[in-house]
Amino acid sequence: MDWTALWLSLRLAGWTVVILLPVAIVMGRFLAYRRFRGKGLVEAFVMLPLVLPPTVFGFYLLVAFGRNSPLGDLWQGLFGQQLVFSFQGLVVASVIFNLPFAIQPAQRGFEAVAVELREAASCCGMSPLRSLWQVELPLAWPGVLTAMVLSFAHTLGEFGIVLMVGGSIPGETRTIAISIYDSVQGFDDRGAAIMSAVLVAFSLFAIAVTFWLSARVGRRLS
Amino acid sequence: MPVSRFRRFVLAAALACGMLGAPVVAQDDVPVIAAASDLQFAVTEIAAAFTAETGMDLRLSFGSTGNFARQIRAGAPFEIFMAADEHFIADLHAEGLTKDSGDLYGMGRIVVMVPHGSALIPDEGLDNLAALLAAGGITRFAIANPDHAPYGMRAREALITRGIWDDLQPFMVLGENVSQAAQFALSGNAEGGMIAYALALAPEVAARGRFALIPAEWHDPLRQRMVLLHNAGPVAEAFYEYLQTPAARAIMTRYGFDLPEGE
Repeated sequence: MDWTALWLSLRLAGWTVVILLPVAIVMGRFLAYRRFRGKGLVEAFVMLPLVLPPTVFGFYLLVAFGRNSPLGDLWQGLFGQQLVFSFQGLVVASVIFNLPFAIQPAQRGFEAVAVELREAASCCGMSPLRSLWQVELPLAWPGVLTAMVLSFAHTLGEFGIVLMVGGSIPGETRTIAISIYDSVQGFDDRGAAIMSAVLVAFSLFAIAVTFWLSARVGRRLS
Repeated sequence: MPVSRFRRFVLAAALACGMLGAPVVAQDDVPVIAAASDLQFAVTEIAAAFTAETGMDLRLSFGSTGNFARQIRAGAPFEIFMAADEHFIADLHAEGLTKDSGDLYGMGRIVVMVPHGSALIPDEGLDNLAALLAAGGITRFAIANPDHAPYGMRAREALITRGIWDDLQPFMVLGENVSQAAQFALSGNAEGGMIAYALALAPEVAARGRFALIPAEWHDPLRQRMVLLHNAGPVAEAFYEYLQTPAARAIMTRYGFDLPEGE
């Protein structure tokens, strides 16, 4: 059992969720309440990572942020470190790849908030921020929580991009999924079996929590 | 009250964020060695001996030589690169990405290996493979991807020499590197495959089947070379030296990596 890899995956998933939480709230709310020209295109962009193979994104990341690329140089200049083959690089990849999992459920959550309530809030003189905090989020949070749980669980299962831009460096980019892959190739079936079982348990738990939450919300709203 | 539940959620989220700030084991000073996957068992053993002897830690990363070369060009922070084929080192050296031209550490050999219970019998001349192929008894045969994995390239050369490359095409499964090819070959879903001698000699792999060494003249020599990369620190340099000591050489020889005469 590769505990370093499991801890790395949990940290990666944690950072992904921390970064995606505000993104999901802002974008989800925006897409739920606003109508504008090209909204379909924006929503399509958000959903793109769902259909694109990770290799496409891994290739772009390798080319765009590799050595000798302007973006790679800029990042190196700003942070003194390479983006590809680093933990930060995995976080960037993971955030972009989880956009649909974070924004979609949050958007559904905000859409479920009755328009009369929001109008009442603004009529009472609440600022949009206060309305978000005291009226919308308390009603929409199960959607936001679902978004975060899905992003977390999905990050644990990320494989293709990490394989392409990670380099399987222990403690830096060797996630649990990569470690399982390495174990299988190293004929360590026992290690692969244990780690796979841990991942199955984790993912099952996350999805069960999500279903349980949405069921509760469904009851409350009906 | 939904509001209080929401507050609890915020509190839990804040706690979870706090956990992320927990100190992480600092491993930045532990060098990463990128090694071709045929070295999976040999180098793991040498690294363990090195750590036991010197107390210095290493991080090992195994994969396809071609993929590592690509990652080194993109700036991967490896400190030593042990390639399965010296051409990759020569190219990196020409691009100024290595400290020097490196050192030869062994000659790679390929074997035909079959899992227990396979209809295929491994033999040096691949006669049984040719016969079984002609009789329609082959459904799957595994090699490493000959586009970028050195062991795949040599397997292709050997099969071309034997004259059965074209006939084998419909049944070929390609591993991303030679370890994966070995996994495919011995999983029981294929009649067999061509893999690295060094892997076939490892107890974990040897227990799964039988093999026969392919004549070295059937393919270009697989000259395996290692090199220090520019960001190599003192630990990487010590390990690089250790790899050339008699103790490390003895392990390499046990895994079939002989050095050519006079080198």
